[in-house]
Amino acid sequence: MFAIALPIQSALDAAGPQAARIHHLFLFFFWICVAVYVITILFFLVAIVRGRRRSIVEDNPANDRRLGIFVGTCSAVTVLALFVLLFSSVATGNAIGSLGKEKPAQFEIEVTGHQWWWEVKYPDAVTASNQITDANQIHIPIHTPILLRLDTRDVIHSLWIPNLHGKRDLIPGRVNKFWIEADKPGVYRGQCAEFCGYQHAHMALVVVAETPEEFARWKSHMSEGAPTPMTPEQTRGQQVFLGAPCANCHNVLGTDAYGTLGPDLTHFRSRPTLAAGQLLNTRGNLAGWIANAPAIKPGTLMPPNQLSGQEMNDLLAYLETLK
Amino acid sequence: MTELLVETPDFARERALMAETWASPRGFIGWFTETGHKELGIRYIVTAFVFFLAGGIEAALMRIQLMKPENHFLGPDAYNQIFTVHGATMMFLFAVPVMEGFGVYLVPLMLGTHNVAFPKLNAFGYYIYLFGGVFLYTMFFLHAGPDAGWFSYVPLSGPQYSPGKRVDTWAQMITFTELSGLVVAVELLVTSFKQRCPGMSLNRIPLFVWSMIVVSFMIMFAMPAVMLDSTYLALDRLIGTQFFNRSEGGDPIFYQHLFWFFGHPEVYIIFIPGLGFTSSILTAFTGRRIFGYTAMVSTLVVTAFLGFSVWVHHMFATGLPQLGESFFTAASLMIVIPTGVQIFCWIATIWSGRLRIATPVMYVIGFFIVFIVGGLTGVMLAAIPINWQVHDTYFVVAHLHYVLIGGALFPLFGAFHFWYPKWTGRMFSEAMGQTSFWLLLIGFNMTFFPMHILGLHGMPRRVYTYQPGMGWTALNQVASFGAVFMALSVLTMMINFFVSKKKGRLAGANPWKADTLEWSLPSPPPVYNYVHVPTVSGLNAVWDAAPDQPYVTGMRFDRREVLVTKTLDAEPDHTEMLPGHSIWPFVLACTSFLGLWGAIFFAWWFSIGAVLSGIALIGWFWPTNEELHDHIVRESGEPGGTNVGAPEKHPA
Repeated sequence: MFAIALPIQSALDAAGPQAARIHHLFLFFFWICVAVYVITILFFLVAIVRGRRRSIVEDNPANDRRLGIFVGTCSAVTVLALFVLLFSSVATGNAIGSLGKEKPAQFEIEVTGHQWWWEVKYPDAVTASNQITDANQIHIPIHTPILLRLDTRDVIHSLWIPNLHGKRDLIPGRVNKFWIEADKPGVYRGQCAEFCGYQHAHMALVVVAETPEEFARWKSHMSEGAPTPMTPEQTRGQQVFLGAPCANCHNVLGTDAYGTLGPDLTHFRSRPTLAAGQLLNTRGNLAGWIANAPAIKPGTLMPPNQLSGQEMNDLLAYLETLK
Repeated sequence: MTELLVETPDFARERALMAETWASPRGFIGWFTETGHKELGIRYIVTAFVFFLAGGIEAALMRIQLMKPENHFLGPDAYNQIFTVHGATMMFLFAVPVMEGFGVYLVPLMLGTHNVAFPKLNAFGYYIYLFGGVFLYTMFFLHAGPDAGWFSYVPLSGPQYSPGKRVDTWAQMITFTELSGLVVAVELLVTSFKQRCPGMSLNRIPLFVWSMIVVSFMIMFAMPAVMLDSTYLALDRLIGTQFFNRSEGGDPIFYQHLFWFFGHPEVYIIFIPGLGFTSSILTAFTGRRIFGYTAMVSTLVVTAFLGFSVWVHHMFATGLPQLGESFFTAASLMIVIPTGVQIFCWIATIWSGRLRIATPVMYVIGFFIVFIVGGLTGVMLAAIPINWQVHDTYFVVAHLHYVLIGGALFPLFGAFHFWYPKWTGRMFSEAMGQTSFWLLLIGFNMTFFPMHILGLHGMPRRVYTYQPGMGWTALNQVASFGAVFMALSVLTMMINFFVSKKKGRLAGANPWKADTLEWSLPSPPPVYNYVHVPTVSGLNAVWDAAPDQPYVTGMRFDRREVLVTKTLDAEPDHTEMLPGHSIWPFVLACTSFLGLWGAIFFAWWFSIGAVLSGIALIGWFWPTNEELHDHIVRESGEPGGTNVGAPEKHPA
């Protein structure tokens, strides 16, 4: 029922320049902090040993002067270290901010947060109707800076794909911009990082980074509508889909289903998972999800559906054509 | 030299008079009319400790849930309520009140006075805090516990996404506890500035009292921000205002600014008393005054100021302008400096002192080992790029527990052991004390250290479960297992304290040979604290006292009189009569409680509560015959009250 081998999700395994810069900065901070910790604790332990051995308290002006020099030196070194850390932090911040300025973005992707899934749109600057709408996965070509425009339909969410970049909040009423770039092809998992209610734990997505050729192929495939049902089973399934509540919330390009509350289903079988990363996208999981989504993901807006066995089979047959 | 006062022939008679004048009320009703600071301080501490246990149980439930992926022990509904109530309990019902309880108990003793400046207000503060806690837990057990996190961000906590009463419960609980916090802040400040015994000029105030002074100022500036925030939220939810509704011109980010303007100082409000405990314990156990008293006091003040200028580091991921954010990075890094100076001064103190090892010192050692880790991960969090990665992950969960448990709980447990003989008159078992320390140190690090790694490997905070195959299972199990040791530590400490209260050997006045004034009193201290207001002639009152240290004479024993002194140099100014026991603080707390609780169901309850509270306030301020008499005497211009003689040298 659940995914077994998940794509990686780690801030310590950078797959793009943004995450790599942060990782380097983290390591720099980490080793300085380790050094500070070891030195401070060492002083502390030596002080304890000396304090334990002492038979009389040493409290005189000469000794105070020595202790004053000790405290002063330690404080000065602290201040110095903090300056170094501050400058390295600001420098990294500037480098991260420069990504979009140096190389103009090839294109933009709009990510909209919903309780509890991600809507992903690829606007087409030339022909508006060529816009692609997808959910819970972002396809990007490698070595290309991409501008993500972040918005939310309901509460605050936070997009976090640690292998590519740190996180950025999705806040009602303001569009946050965010530059990412991937160095190597791969699948990188991300997850909502700002508590957003019941199913905050199950609000994941994947970023698929691929070569520009693969990406172009994927994109042209995605801009096609859904195929016409071929078999009687699929045709009946489409009728079930359009007749049942499904079409009220879901969109399937090329049919009369125009709903926008739920994820666009035009190519939904090309997604690796169901329910924002909670389930593998298999026929069995899909059947269970359609029959009773709230049992799998309490709080989801997807209602349970009472379908006969026949209807369910037909519906699944139709849905499986939406590749 | 422990007993500052030498017996005089009159002493026994005076003591009896004082015991009668300051006696606690008796009987069942007496429970609710008590205004003595020691009794109320202990109630604060005990109540806060009960909430600490409740918060601990909630933590244990969360650790059970997270032991394996896709666990069904708790559902999202229960888990979200539990983590919210855990956070709210630990921050609002445990950490702040327990520190305030110590302040209420110790500050008058350390200053050499009989009670806090506003005893009735003190009682009111306690009841309103207690009711806030009872309110939260009643709603929790009625399945209406808040579930939007301890900082309840809008719009998730707003009327649209959190229908029902859950978030109202959270918002109103804030009102109760912050009211109580403000009350304690006011009375500790006035007490510290106006009721110090003669000789205790500003530069002789014990460091623990300084820490409470600084905390009280912080409370007065920080708490109004969160009360405003929670009130706006409650108004948005209850009567349809739109403070945070973007589509009506409100702003959800405004909520975050207001919250963290309180929220970050809150951390220092919890942590600065811990610095005070550490200084008190180290003074006693090194037998040496703390090195760099002036530096210690000024760094406390600097910490308080800087604490108000770092709040945006909780909001780096919201996408604020980069230049502005860099200012907050600089401020957040700067706050390391005063804390660093404190740590170096303590090292210098231990270095040149004569260190004895006992349980309180062990806890101070634990404080160093744990807290410095938290401070350094805080340095990492101050860097904006690093913050973008680890913000809202288990790395932050680890960081905040290292800071709060390391910086506040370790010193607090040290303080429990340090002042236990003073409270109870008996010594605890040293072996069990040290056992509880080791259990806590090991358990704490097992529980929270793995969380750093979990956060870096992508585990967000506040998830009720996670999926198999993420690689988080093993570390979560280590964390859950460590929690067992923490629970055992607290259990050991409780058993130790319960058993020692009956069976421990008698402690005497000053078992640790400590320096502050409370150690000159018998253990436990008598209800009136000091028969005669003492005087001090140095920073370490007990150590610096002359064999014939003077005390103040000429004050009346037959009524609750305290000596009011000048703010800078504590020269005697006049006497002031404090009120005795009174039922009105309790009544006022009840009427406020009625109004505030009712208001979340029906707005008119607020007005009803206000009218009833007005009546209670009339009762509160109704003068006693004695006060009336004093007033008439004062108005008629005749010399009234008592004359205070200058400190008188006792004939040795």
